[in-house]
Amino acid sequence: MVPYAGWEMPVEYSGITNEHMAVRTRAGVFDVSHMGEIEIAGKNAFAAVQLISSNDASILQTGQAQYAALTTPDGTFVDDMLVYRMAPSHFMLVVNAANAAKDFAWISEQIKAVGDVAAIDSSSRYALIAVQGPAAREVLQPLATIELSEIGHYHFGYGEVAAARATISRTGYTGEDGFEIFVPPNVADRLWLAILESGRSADVVPCGLGARDTLRLEAAMRLYGNDIDESTSVLEAGLGWTIGWKKGDFIGRDRLLEQKERGTVRKLAGFEMIDRAIARQGYPVVSGGRQVGVVTSGTQTPFLKKAVGMAYVPTELHAVGTQIDIDVRGRVAKARIVPLPFYKRGSGVI
Amino acid sequence: MAYPADLKYTKDHEWMRVAGDVAEVGITDYAQEQLGDVVFVELPDVGRRVNAGEAFGSIESVKAVSELFAPAAGEIIEVNPSLKDHPESVNGTPHETWMVRLRLSDPNAAAALLDSAAYEKLISA
Repeated sequence: MVPYAGWEMPVEYSGITNEHMAVRTRAGVFDVSHMGEIEIAGKNAFAAVQLISSNDASILQTGQAQYAALTTPDGTFVDDMLVYRMAPSHFMLVVNAANAAKDFAWISEQIKAVGDVAAIDSSSRYALIAVQGPAAREVLQPLATIELSEIGHYHFGYGEVAAARATISRTGYTGEDGFEIFVPPNVADRLWLAILESGRSADVVPCGLGARDTLRLEAAMRLYGNDIDESTSVLEAGLGWTIGWKKGDFIGRDRLLEQKERGTVRKLAGFEMIDRAIARQGYPVVSGGRQVGVVTSGTQTPFLKKAVGMAYVPTELHAVGTQIDIDVRGRVAKARIVPLPFYKRGSGVI
Repeated sequence: MAYPADLKYTKDHEWMRVAGDVAEVGITDYAQEQLGDVVFVELPDVGRRVNAGEAFGSIESVKAVSELFAPAAGEIIEVNPSLKDHPESVNGTPHETWMVRLRLSDPNAAAALLDSAAYEKLISA
């Protein structure tokens, strides 16, 4: 167990490799109750969300979720988040545990100008259990009172799971199909045990933070504090697809538009090691004897069995196929820029 | 897992198995448990001389990298070639999976290390 954003979190149960492979080939279950939830409601809730989020909530139906940046005026990340539309004027933002208090303060301040809207930090009202992997639906369906196949990707529904009132979302942080289940904290343990019991024949395993990190990295999902933060812009992070340019103004739009027109000097790129070495967070990307970039995430991934990672590199080194040098504890190791994500569901080993 | 009595141990969780003036060096079961799934072992060139306590290589798991420290002074005379393709054997059989063979500068160097009982006491403290 390790301390994590005020929580005690397991790094691994049966080993990162075993847990990672279970999610890629069968299913794994994660207790991600540490995630924060901030609800925004009131007559002007929609306008408030449009102001603070990079993405366009007008394309979001009730019962649908979208990934977005919670932007600073510089077009960087206060946080990244999933925006759930619970009702036309009721949204729930699922945010990083370490940022929840900061996010709530930021949002409360920003939406004052909008008026007729309230933000509530409801993090303590929800436990969150994720079931991820190709077998996720068959493991969960026997416990659920609603037909899970009717919940589309990045949609959610309401029903009971293991006799607990739940919001069931077809989302995740692993690159696999799966569900994230919001329940009251007092029934979380029951749900956890019921899923493991239901998943016994499919050999579903509990998964910790370690596998969560390697899975999301293979899927090239950004991790706040590693790949994105208040110093990295949404465009630098390669997340331009989360920007709703047509929706009108939002916090940071001007700076992002400027960057879009002029281009950014650096970009987040995926790399694969050529030399036998593992490049980890913080290792310098070097060129001509000086540092020109930095690795933000990197490991040897269990499914692809390759040393991969993401790094901010000068835009001129960003093209797929470019060879870069990484300083691995004093020794220069060669890597090659590759397309993101490293792993895409259904495509097998890349 | 039991800690074999024929090995000598360090506080840095390496072990040494001495035969004459040559010692095999590996990491303990406790160390591999802490590291998790080992994916890469970086070893020195044969012929390199190391001092006791000097870093001679590194071992990487999915989650972290750690340095390997020489339990005693000597010259690297062999590195385990099977680790290149099978680093996971460090997890499976830690006390059989040697990383380097060291020709000891002092054949009695092992006397300065912990025996299995003392090592078990160290890790259970």
